[in-house]
Amino acid sequence: MTTKLETLPAPDKKTPGAGKPTNRKPKVRESRGTLAFSRTQRSKALMKHAILIVAGGLMIYPLLWMVVSSLRPNELIFREPGLWLNSLEMGNYTDGWSALTHPFGHYMLNSAIVVLGSILGNLISCSMAAYAFARLQFTGKKLFFGIMLLTIMLPFHVIIVPQYILFSQIGWVNTFWPLIVPKLLATDAFFVFLMVQFIRGIPKELDEAARIDGAGHPRIFLRVILPLMVPALATTTIFTFIWTWNDFFGALIYLTDPDMFTVPVALRAFVDSQSATSWGSLFAMSIVSLLPVFLVFLFGQRFLIKGIATTGIK
Amino acid sequence: MSAISELSSISRRKGKATAEEKKANGRDNKAAYIFLLPWLVGLVAITIGPMLMSLYLSFTDYNLLQPPEWTGLDNFTRMLSDARLHNSLRVTFTYVFVGVPLQLAVALLIALVLDKGLRGLPFYRSVFYLPSLLGGSVAVAILWKQIFGTTGLVNQVLAMFGIQGPGWISDPSTALGSIILLHVWTFGAPMIIFLAGLRQIPVMYYEAAKVDGASTLQQFRRITMPMLSPIIFFNLVLQIIGSFQSFTQAFIVSGGNGGPSDSTMFFTLYLYQKGFGQFDMGYASAMAWFLLVIIGVFTAINFIASKYWVFYDD
Repeated sequence: MTTKLETLPAPDKKTPGAGKPTNRKPKVRESRGTLAFSRTQRSKALMKHAILIVAGGLMIYPLLWMVVSSLRPNELIFREPGLWLNSLEMGNYTDGWSALTHPFGHYMLNSAIVVLGSILGNLISCSMAAYAFARLQFTGKKLFFGIMLLTIMLPFHVIIVPQYILFSQIGWVNTFWPLIVPKLLATDAFFVFLMVQFIRGIPKELDEAARIDGAGHPRIFLRVILPLMVPALATTTIFTFIWTWNDFFGALIYLTDPDMFTVPVALRAFVDSQSATSWGSLFAMSIVSLLPVFLVFLFGQRFLIKGIATTGIK
Repeated sequence: MSAISELSSISRRKGKATAEEKKANGRDNKAAYIFLLPWLVGLVAITIGPMLMSLYLSFTDYNLLQPPEWTGLDNFTRMLSDARLHNSLRVTFTYVFVGVPLQLAVALLIALVLDKGLRGLPFYRSVFYLPSLLGGSVAVAILWKQIFGTTGLVNQVLAMFGIQGPGWISDPSTALGSIILLHVWTFGAPMIIFLAGLRQIPVMYYEAAKVDGASTLQQFRRITMPMLSPIIFFNLVLQIIGSFQSFTQAFIVSGGNGGPSDSTMFFTLYLYQKGFGQFDMGYASAMAWFLLVIIGVFTAINFIASKYWVFYDD
């Protein structure tokens, strides 16, 4: 691969001087404004837009169709592939809201509790661990850091059975603790790694200055590092929110009492109880369940994109 | 020991220095372990402890009610002759080997079209990323089940062209394909990583190639591919590890039973059925360790193979 790259000649070496200006010219004009776009460039851009609009339309069509279907009477859902609406049918939402033993808001509240607990847990414990890994010298640091990286790749299935046994023996099945406590113990090592990388980018001179002023590690952590790592904390918050809100497997295993259901398990119970009779209200509640994630996406986009681009999280 | 330490003044001085160093380290050790405390507790109680426990359980027969009974390699020999398990492996491998390359190819293609000069990039990026964000949710899995149902959206569209589509989800030959499509649909996260990677490639390489008369395809093969290979590798490793663990979509689309005729019985779904449906915890643990080995082997193969195709700039 290296050789292939090296065989590409540098422009100044081999190309005749006359060739250079003609090739460079449109580049210069391009930066001045769109007016100077050459015809081929413009048609190329137009073609790209056309491809992207078609592809993008295909991508979000199912989601739009779900939104529209949730506003249609049931009989129409199975006949209408289009997105036009003759009338607004809010009945699906009111029916769906009260279709299960509790109103849907109850499950959203349960989800909210788990989500808030998880976010707090991840923010506190992951940032603490990250500070130690990024800034402190201690025996076994390399070993622990290696273990931390390995746990990121560990499939949760390997630990889920004993974890379930453990939590069931201390009577935590059908409580939110099995979903929150692991976050309080920084088991989402991905965020520890993300924060370590972030702290490494903060100039060390800042901590040293604080140390000279007599600050200890807790103070440096709270007053210097934490305020500077807001972007990393925001990324963690957003992803914890979305993952926990969508988490199905954990909730399926630990929450079997309908009182304790979070939104994903409630939706699944909805599918089982209604079967094919009321797709409209099922879609309506699906929309309701996606709404918080969508809102987080809308407001946290900047951090979301940055978070993925730099660390590769989903 | 005393003779060795008194060998020379140099070594004594050396010893003194390390002692001082140790003392200096000692200060940080204490602070570090305090900062690491939540993570360490989690590592022992939630990760390593359960892992060892699960390793032990994989050699036992355990149903949660009676104490585990040591059965040696029984669970593993059972796995050798378990036809449903072999089928679940086949399903999972198909999903990984078809779904991951397809998803990454689409992600790369869209990322290439979304290059720097194009207007409206943030908008397109959001549209393509949104399904990625929602794709893991129960709501979208429910939507998918309906879209590919006998009277679902896909067949409604096909009917407009006079084609009578099959019941995609209820037909064993197409059910897995529908779930793979759901996976491909969520290409947004790798796409964003690709976009970030494309941005790292110096423009001068392309300018040089253009001057030299290289076609777009040549530029892609000789510049984009090698320069992007670390990113492709990164996405590949991440997606393979993640895909082996897929669960929610198959669970919801198949109604929890991996149907029709086990065509969507993912390895994780079978593991869930064994462990949390039939409380065959020993067997489920053995399966979990087998999954860990599979993922480990594939990650290792990936890393070894990467030497031949991943190009690092520095």
